[in-house]
Formats: sequence, structure tokens, C-alpha cells
Amino acid sequence: MNAHQWLELAVYIAALVLVTRPLGLYLNHVLNPAGRTWLDPVLRPLEKLTYRVLGVDATKEHDWKQYAFAMLIFSLVSCLFTYAILRLQNFLPLNPQHFGALSSHLAFNTAVSFTTNTNWQSYGGENTMSYLSQMVALAIHNFFSAAVGIAIAAALVRGIARHTAQTIGNFWVDLTRIMYYLLLPICLVLALFFVSQGMIQNFKPYTTAKLIEPQTVSVQKTDASGKPVVDAKGGPVMENQTLDTQTIVQGPMASQIAIKMLGTNGGGYTNANAAHPFENPTPLSNFLQMLALLCIGSALTYHLGRETKNQKHGWAVWSAMFAMFLAGVLVCWWAEAKGNPIHQQLGVAVADGNMEGKEVRFGILDSALFATVTTDASCGAVNSMHDSFTPLGGLVPLFNIQTGEVIFGGVGAGLYGMLIFVVLTVFIAGLMVGRTPEYLGKKIEAYDVKMVLLAFVILAFIILGFTAWASVSNWGTSSLANQGPHGLSEMLYAYTSGAGNNGSAFAGLNANTPWYDTTLGVDMLLGRFGMIVPLLALAGSLARKKIVPAGAGTFPVTGLTFVVLLVGTVILVGALTFLPALTLGPIVEHFLMLKGNLF
Amino acid sequence: MSTNSVSIFEPRILVPAIGDAFLKLNPRLMVKNPVMFVTLVGAVISTVDAFRSPGQTLFVAQIALWLWFTVLFANFAEAVAEGRGKAQAKALRQTRTRTNANKLNARGSIESVDADSLRKGDVVLVRTNEIIPADGEIISGAATVDESAITGESAPVIREAGGDRSAVTGGTRVLSDEIKIRITANPGEGFLDRMIQLVEGASRQKTPNEIALTILLAALTVVFLLAVITLKPFGIYSGVNFSDVVLISLLVCLIPTTIGGLLSAIGIAGMDRLLQRNVLAMSGRAVEAAGDVDVLLLDKTGTITLGNRQAVAFLPASGVTEPEVADAAQLASLADETPEGRSVVVLAKNFGIRARAIHELPGARFVPFTAQTRMSGVDFEGRQIRKGAAEAVRKFLGGSLPLEVEHAVENVSRSGGTPLVVATHERALGVIHLKDIVKGGLADRFKRFRAMGIRTVMITGDNQLTAAAIAQEAGVDDFLAEAKPEDKLALIRQEQQGGRMIAMIGDGTNDAPALAQADVGVAMNTGTQAAKEAGNMVDLDSNPTKLLEIIEIGKQLLITRGALTTFSIANDVAKYFAIIPAMLMVTFPVIAPLNVMHLHSPDSAILSAVIFNALIIIALIPLALRGVKFRPLGAVEILRRNLLIYGVGGVILPFVGIKLIDLVVAGLHLA
Repeated sequence: MNAHQWLELAVYIAALVLVTRPLGLYLNHVLNPAGRTWLDPVLRPLEKLTYRVLGVDATKEHDWKQYAFAMLIFSLVSCLFTYAILRLQNFLPLNPQHFGALSSHLAFNTAVSFTTNTNWQSYGGENTMSYLSQMVALAIHNFFSAAVGIAIAAALVRGIARHTAQTIGNFWVDLTRIMYYLLLPICLVLALFFVSQGMIQNFKPYTTAKLIEPQTVSVQKTDASGKPVVDAKGGPVMENQTLDTQTIVQGPMASQIAIKMLGTNGGGYTNANAAHPFENPTPLSNFLQMLALLCIGSALTYHLGRETKNQKHGWAVWSAMFAMFLAGVLVCWWAEAKGNPIHQQLGVAVADGNMEGKEVRFGILDSALFATVTTDASCGAVNSMHDSFTPLGGLVPLFNIQTGEVIFGGVGAGLYGMLIFVVLTVFIAGLMVGRTPEYLGKKIEAYDVKMVLLAFVILAFIILGFTAWASVSNWGTSSLANQGPHGLSEMLYAYTSGAGNNGSAFAGLNANTPWYDTTLGVDMLLGRFGMIVPLLALAGSLARKKIVPAGAGTFPVTGLTFVVLLVGTVILVGALTFLPALTLGPIVEHFLMLKGNLF
Repeated sequence: MSTNSVSIFEPRILVPAIGDAFLKLNPRLMVKNPVMFVTLVGAVISTVDAFRSPGQTLFVAQIALWLWFTVLFANFAEAVAEGRGKAQAKALRQTRTRTNANKLNARGSIESVDADSLRKGDVVLVRTNEIIPADGEIISGAATVDESAITGESAPVIREAGGDRSAVTGGTRVLSDEIKIRITANPGEGFLDRMIQLVEGASRQKTPNEIALTILLAALTVVFLLAVITLKPFGIYSGVNFSDVVLISLLVCLIPTTIGGLLSAIGIAGMDRLLQRNVLAMSGRAVEAAGDVDVLLLDKTGTITLGNRQAVAFLPASGVTEPEVADAAQLASLADETPEGRSVVVLAKNFGIRARAIHELPGARFVPFTAQTRMSGVDFEGRQIRKGAAEAVRKFLGGSLPLEVEHAVENVSRSGGTPLVVATHERALGVIHLKDIVKGGLADRFKRFRAMGIRTVMITGDNQLTAAAIAQEAGVDDFLAEAKPEDKLALIRQEQQGGRMIAMIGDGTNDAPALAQADVGVAMNTGTQAAKEAGNMVDLDSNPTKLLEIIEIGKQLLITRGALTTFSIANDVAKYFAIIPAMLMVTFPVIAPLNVMHLHSPDSAILSAVIFNALIIIALIPLALRGVKFRPLGAVEILRRNLLIYGVGGVILPFVGIKLIDLVVAGLHLA
């Protein structure tokens, strides 16, 4: 934790603050069908053409049911499309490595994963996916799922800002405008910049390079059928293998990485994700990727303030997110910098802390910051292996996800997730000012509470339910690379990550089994749509209400008290729900580590 | 009401409540409260377990016992809250003796019938010392009526046909005279019946906010149920076998039993507090709405000012002395029996003029006020002395008033007073300054309301000038001058259009539409039947300033709910720190540092948490029933204060409480 690293953190924070207002203002124009942007001369005709081709009446708005229906249909169709490509990729072009079709469960898991903006990957991209699959089946969802997320947030914000209204916007218009005016232009610029940093963008087959120094490694001997050979005592039989060549991944990487970060998708082109030198070539690209991750989530809070004509509220929500972000970074960074006490006792500790599973190029801060940012943003891209973090360092990403991805969060999802907590906070604490709870002038009544809690209960149900099921099933435990509390953390992390539509993995879990693929697929689906549909219902209900003008007796949704209250609710509700499970996982593990036990 | 002075914590309330607490264990009642129902199920399972866990019988039995206590304590809280209402209902029932009524039949003859056979539209005759058989409207006559059965006020009130004081209530007694009444309520639907039902809480329904809060509590219960049930498989994976009773203990400690147990008691107590102030709320919804009120509509007369104007000064014309004006003014007012007239006589005494009786003035001819002359006065010793509005006197004197009198008239008007000009047939003598007397302490009260974000609007028939002056003196935020009854309704609609909630108090028939439209409409008990039916509250004291108290009680009710919800959830932190380490200590001794309270043993830790969880309900009953102390502050200030007490306090208190209980449990070797 040296001065140089502190400075980098400060620069990152400053950049995040600076980008929030301008991008928020821009978003405001994008999310308003009548809004004007400087891209209008180029994109407006295209936008109109799109509506004509799709047969969309851009002037007609949807009520919440129509909006939800359009969103669900769109997601279903695009999900089936991806499933079809993945199942048929061996017959399709742009497959120089001649990869075979994906198994049905992996294709289901992957299609769902990308549709839900989770980007959980039960596969290694470079040895599974053809270029067509990467570019069409997957990258397209990076855009679509991000746009859907932002659209839902926009609809909810409309619901909050409008009064005595029946409609919350037009899904197709929102989707189109977000794609054309927001995601595509920024991604184009980002991709070009990444290429300038050394990221690749081509359709060449993988290159085989001859190693200058052949390396000898000791690997477990396998018999003809691929099974490991064991000696008389049951121990593994080792043999030496000499490696003199290396396969170097190629492909259209830059175009996919830009949206992977900006759309908080996180699905890596390669299995090593952002730790791969091609996917994340320089410290500058690393910095920009982290900024791209949080910028839309951050700007959406500004949009919220702008739309509701209460900019202070927008900043209050931002501050709550920021406070949790900063706390997460500092704890994670501190835990990793402090390192592993057992390594230190053995004298194998790196001076700089726990470097296991981290890229030497990035070091402790950039890894801890990236881990925090990516789990805050429900992204899932990683530049280090969270599984190798110290228990407390690893608890931060896990906890970030379990708070419901509300710390800036996935694009759109972060805001609508946080608004669940805002409504919950207003409802619980709002009574304490002596009025029935109201949020920005809208009375929060039984129906609204029901919808908010429905979203919340669904999340808790799938995370705890699936993890519990896996933890006592053969299919669950046989995929674990580690036993004991760490194994529990791996399972808990997987289902949390899926339900939170994060997609990052605590490496060490072999998730590409029919059981895991399927349960995680369901987990992701419910985590996404089980939350969105009640939230759209909430948006519809809020839009219909009258607005009570604010006065001295109104519950304050701005200022320090509210920020503290909101953070308290997020942490308390998150902690209360998951603490028992966390205790048996990372917390026990932490204490065991202090006593010298590792898993 | 006679039972008003009963403290809630008197044996005659508490003792029956203990029995009721057991009666309320009926699962069909319990299921309406999801939190306590889960606790009840937990209690049943642990009781069964106590017989099936040989080595652990004492521990399990103790847990089971405390879980039963938790449920019973919550039931007890509700029973106590209902207690006073039940006692009051009993008292009211006793007043409802069987009575006979003198029914006037179609031929005009009187027949004696059973009061229970009366139907709407029947006409009855009630004579001195008879009980009015049912609610009705006086169609002829006037009488003094003893309404103490309902209001607790022993002074009789006057009820007369026509106007706003024509309504009578069944069960009250006529003390003098005789009246003819048209019955307006069928048996069992009268005011007294409704009052008994309301007081007893028989028809109590959950209010909107209570329903929403119950949903929150149910959802939290489901989430904790998930968290605890999944611990079983997690335990199996980790090689720990959590016993049922430990999991149940954790569950009951985590689900919001504190607020779940006290929620309905808080609501009942809120209505009860209103009742103690002699306000009858027709529904809990109205009490809740009172907390939300943004705008108060207050009639000037009776609410902001004392009912009558009083003379405060004599302003002489040039060449006339003050005593001369006073003398003439008194003479002109001697026969004026209105409060204004009497106040002139009283004020004149300050100028050494003793009050004269009319018979002391031989030959005096009194001129009463008429709508034509709009003056009153006396013809005495050749002088025609008159007092009246400036315009009328101007006409009387042939068209003009001296300049300084005109000035005085204007000044008095501008200051919010009413000028009366005193004149003889020859010339104007001066001006009497009649002033509206603003009730004491109101400005302060309105200031408190302003701090809470509530706007006060005064409604008056006065002209703009007068209204503005009084509004300023009283400290209201706004006023509606020259208001007609329909203006009130229009104003309410307009404010509601803007999303605001309106409270008003009224009595007359022409108030009924506005009372019905307002979110909180308080009808005065002296008011008409129409007004009483239109409003959602009835003030038995008929005191217009009561509205202010009603709002404070509404707010207090909501704050109490919010505070205890926050407290209940905040409590969970400490309970985690007590129970989770205790559950894991045996298998993972390394987590000892998590036992921050250094509790004696795993068993004592769990038992202590369960005991704390039960006792806190009992400890908070007084707070739930009396309500959190309400301070008239802005929302930010109130929130900060309550968060500190119930949020932060809610996190810290159980750490201390559980530790203390653990010391006792360990000391007594209970676990």
C-alpha cells in the first residue's frame, strides 16, 4: 500500500467522478425519445429506419405489462438464437480451429448466461468457441443484455419521475436508442483505443510458436483412456513432459472486450479473461477497462437525479454506492497486501503481499481494485483469480455480489437493484418521521412493498436454495477442487454470481457438468427476470401515483443521514440473509487460516 | 367517558389480559400474524423435542418454554392494548338499557313501543327525564340534553330543531322540555352501537400501512426461514449437525418478533389514545391518514379565535372625549344581549361609567337590530343613539362621516378588527373597535406544525383585510377570505389534486361534503347527523383545536411503528454474534474470537439470546402502548434522533442485554 498505489486509486476515483455528470447528461438525452445528441445527423435516419423495419410505432408507449412482455419476448428470441448457433457452430463459418458443437447443457447455460448479462462461463473461450460464436452468438448479447438492463432502469426511473401516468416508455425505442447512441459509439472508440494498446483484432487461426527454451514439466501420467495412473499406495504417478511449442490465441478480440467492460458483461474472450496479455495489454488498458465498467452505472444515478428533478437524491444514491465501493477496495487491498501469514512464516511470502493467482504485471492494487470493481459492477471479468485471494480479500467480492450488485452494479441493473433498497429503506425508516412512507412524493404502499420484496426473496431463495442443494449432492461436491469451507465458498460464489448476474467465478469449481450448467442456468434466469418483472410492476405502480409535494415533514432522500441509512440497509439486509452461510464458508476459513489450516 | 382515567397498567386491565393472551393462542387467530405464527410453530416443535432429546432435556425444555413466553408476551401486549377499550365498551353497554319510546303514528296519536322496534323515519316524542330511544334529528322543539353517557361531559347541552344543533344520540337523556325526533338509525346501527364496536375493536381491520408492514415482516420471515433451513445442508456438508432446537432458536431470534409481536398493539393503542382525548376514529385508516396530513383547514371562528368579538377601544371623533363615546356606546348596547354588545358595556366601565340597567332609564325606547337599518341603539332623553356598521351609520346621518371617523374606521378594519360607529341623530361620536380574540398559544402551535411541514389555512367569511390581519396574528400560513361553504370543498379538491392530504373539522350540514372529501374529516359531536356521517372521526368534546392533537397522535403512531421495526431488525446483529459462534464452536473451535460477548457456553449463549428476544417484547409494551415521544421537528431532525435511539441503540442494547442474561443463566447453572 505505497504512495504510488494510493495515487492510482485517487486518479481512478477522480476519473469516475468526472465522467458521471457529462455521461449522465448524455444518457438523459439518449433515454428520452425526443432527446437530441450530436450523433443525430448520422444515427437518426438509422433509428427511424430500424423502427420501420421492425414495425414499431415509436410514439406509442407501453404500460408495465406490455413493457415486460416485449422485454421477455426479446430476451427469449435472442436466447434461442444464441443457443442455436452454439449447437450448430461446427456447421457454421468462421471456425478455423474446427471446434465442435457445444453440449446441450453447456449451450443452454451459455445462452442464458449471455442473455441475462451474467456471462458466467463454464467453458474456456479459446478452445470452445468459433469466431462466429464469439462475434455473433456472444458479443451480440453483450450489447443486447446491457441495453435491456439500461432500458429497465430507464423505465423504473420514469415510473418514479412521472405521476398519474399509465405508461413507462417504449421498450423497442429504449433498446434501439441505447444501442445506437450509447453502446455502439463508445465501444467503437474504446475498441480502437484497445487496439492501440496492443489488443488483437483478426480472423487468423491460432498461431503455434516455437519456444526458445523448451521447458520440462512434471505431470501426472495418464493411461490410454485418459485416466490418471496411480501407484500401489494410490498416489499419483508422475512423468516428465517436454514442451517446445506454444499455441497463441488469435481472433476478433478488441471489438468484444470493449462491450464486455462497458456493458458489464465480463465474458472473457479467453479463459484467463482480463489477465490475458491480449485481453488486457497495458496498465492503461487496465485502467480504462475498470473505468468503462463503472461509468454507466455511475452516470445512471445522475440520470435518476435529473429525471426526478432532485439531483441531490441522485448524488445521495451515488454516494451510498461509492462509500461501499471504497470500503470494499480498501479491505480487499489491505487483506491482499498483508498477504498470507502461513506463507510469511514459511518465508515464501512475496514482499508485496499475496501474489498467488495475480498477474505480476498488475500487482496487488490493480488486482484488488479490479476484483472490487468487477464484482461491484456485476461484470465478472477478472484480471486475477479471486479463488486465490486471502479469505478476507475473497470475502469482499463475494459480499459485493451478495448485496445484490448494487454498488454501481451492472449497467441498469445496479440502479434498479439499488432502488429496491432505496424503497426498502424508505419503507422501514420512513415511518420514523411520522408519515406513511413516501419516496420522492410517491406513497409506498402494500403493492409496492410486495413487488420489492418479491424480487428480494427470489434472489435469496435461489442463491441459498441451490447452494444448499449442491452442498449435499454428489453432483455438487464432486465438482469441487477444494474441500472444507473453501469448497462451500466456491459453490456459494457460483450461485451468488449467477443469481446476481455477475458471472465472475471463484475458480476451482468445475461447473461444466450437466447439473451445474442446468442449475446455474435456472439460477441466472430467475436472478434476472425474477427481479426485473416485479420491478417493472413497481415502475407501473409508481407511475400511476400522485406526487405529494416535498416539505419539511418529508422523509429526506438526500443528505448524509439518508446515505448512511441506505448503506446500512444494504449491508444489514445483505448480511442478515447470507451471514449464516458466509460463516461456514469464508469466515470459518479465515479463522482456520489464522490457525494455520489452508484449503 | 367514565373509564378514561383508567391507566393501561392497572390490574383491572392487566389481569384479564393474561387470560386473553392464552385464548389468543388459537392458531386460526395466530396465522394472521406470520411472524408470531412461525414462533408458535417453533415453540410446538421444541416442546415435542424436549421429550425426545435425553441428554439435552433441560436445555431444550427451557428454550421451548421461552418460545412459548415469546408468543404469550406478544398476545399479552395485544390484550392489554385492547383492555381499556373493552372496559369502556362494557361501560357503554350498561347505559344501553331497554327503553320504551313514544312513537307518533300516522294518525298523530302516541303509542308506547319497544325502542328496538323503531326504524328509520319513525317519529317519536321524548319528554323530560326520558331517554332518547335512538339516533335522530329534532323536528320540533328544543331541550337540554345530558350527553354524559357518550362524552363524559356532565354539563347538559342544548339541542333544538333546525340549524346545526338538531342531532341527538340514542342513549342520552332529555333533562328539560320535550322534543319531537325523526329517527335516523335502525336498531344496532346507531352511534352508540358503532361507538361500542369501535371502542371494543371488534370490527378492527388492518390499516393500509399495517398491511404493507406485515408484508415486509412476512417477507423477512421467509428470508430468514431460508437462511436457517439451508444451514442444515451447509452443516451436513461442513460436518456439523445442527439440532432442530438450535435452528429454531436462531430463526426465532432473527425474525422480527419484536415488531411482529407489538404491531397490532401499537395500532390499537393509537386509536385508544385518541379515545382518551374523546375522539372517536371510525377507522384505523383515518388515524394513519392523520399522520400524513399536509394541510390543515381551520375555521376562524371557534378554532382560531374565541367565538365572539370583543370591544377593545373607543376612538372618539374630534371634539368628543373618550368617556363621551363610551357613555353613548354603553347606552346603545344596554339592550344588546349579544356577546359583542356585552363587551361594549364592560369596556365602558373602564371609563368610570357604571353599567346601567335598562329599568333605570325611564322613557328609554330600545331600537333592536334589523336587517334593514343594520343598527341598534336607544332613543333616550330626546337623543337617538345608534351604533352600527360605518355604511349604515353614514346613511343614518345623511351620507357622510367626519374625516377622522372615516380614518378610524379604516384603521380598525386594516388591523383585523370590526369598526362600529357610534352616533346620535346629529353627529358621529366615534368608533368602537371590536376585535377578534385569537386563542392563546396558537401561534406557537402553528409554528410547530410548520416545522413538521404542515401548512395551516384559515377559512373565514370575513373580508380580505380583516382575514389577513387575523391570519397574521394567529400565525397561520394562508387564509381563504369571504369563503362560502362550497369554497371549502373546492379548496380541498384543489389541494388534493396537488397530492396533498387535508384535515378539517366541521359541524354544520353544509360542512358535510367537505368533511367527506377531506382525508381526515373530524365532525363535532354537537354537529348535524350529516356532518357526523360524512367525517371519519367524531370529536365528542366538539373542540376544534382537537385537530392538532389528532395529527400528533397519528404521527406518533407511525413513528412508533417505524422505530420498533428498525429496532427489531437492528437487534439481529447481536443475536448473530451470540448464536452463530455458539452453533459452530464445537466443530470449529477456531471461531472463538467471534464470541465477542464472551458468553459462558454455547447452550447459555443460545438460551440467553432466546430469553432476551422474549423479554424485550414485555419491556417494550409500555413504549408500544404509550407511543414514542413525539417532538415537533423537521423530518431530518426526527429521523436522525430516532435512528440514533432505535437504530444504533437497537444494535448496541442486545449486546448488553444478552451478556447480562448470560451471566444470570450461567450463575444459576441453567445452561
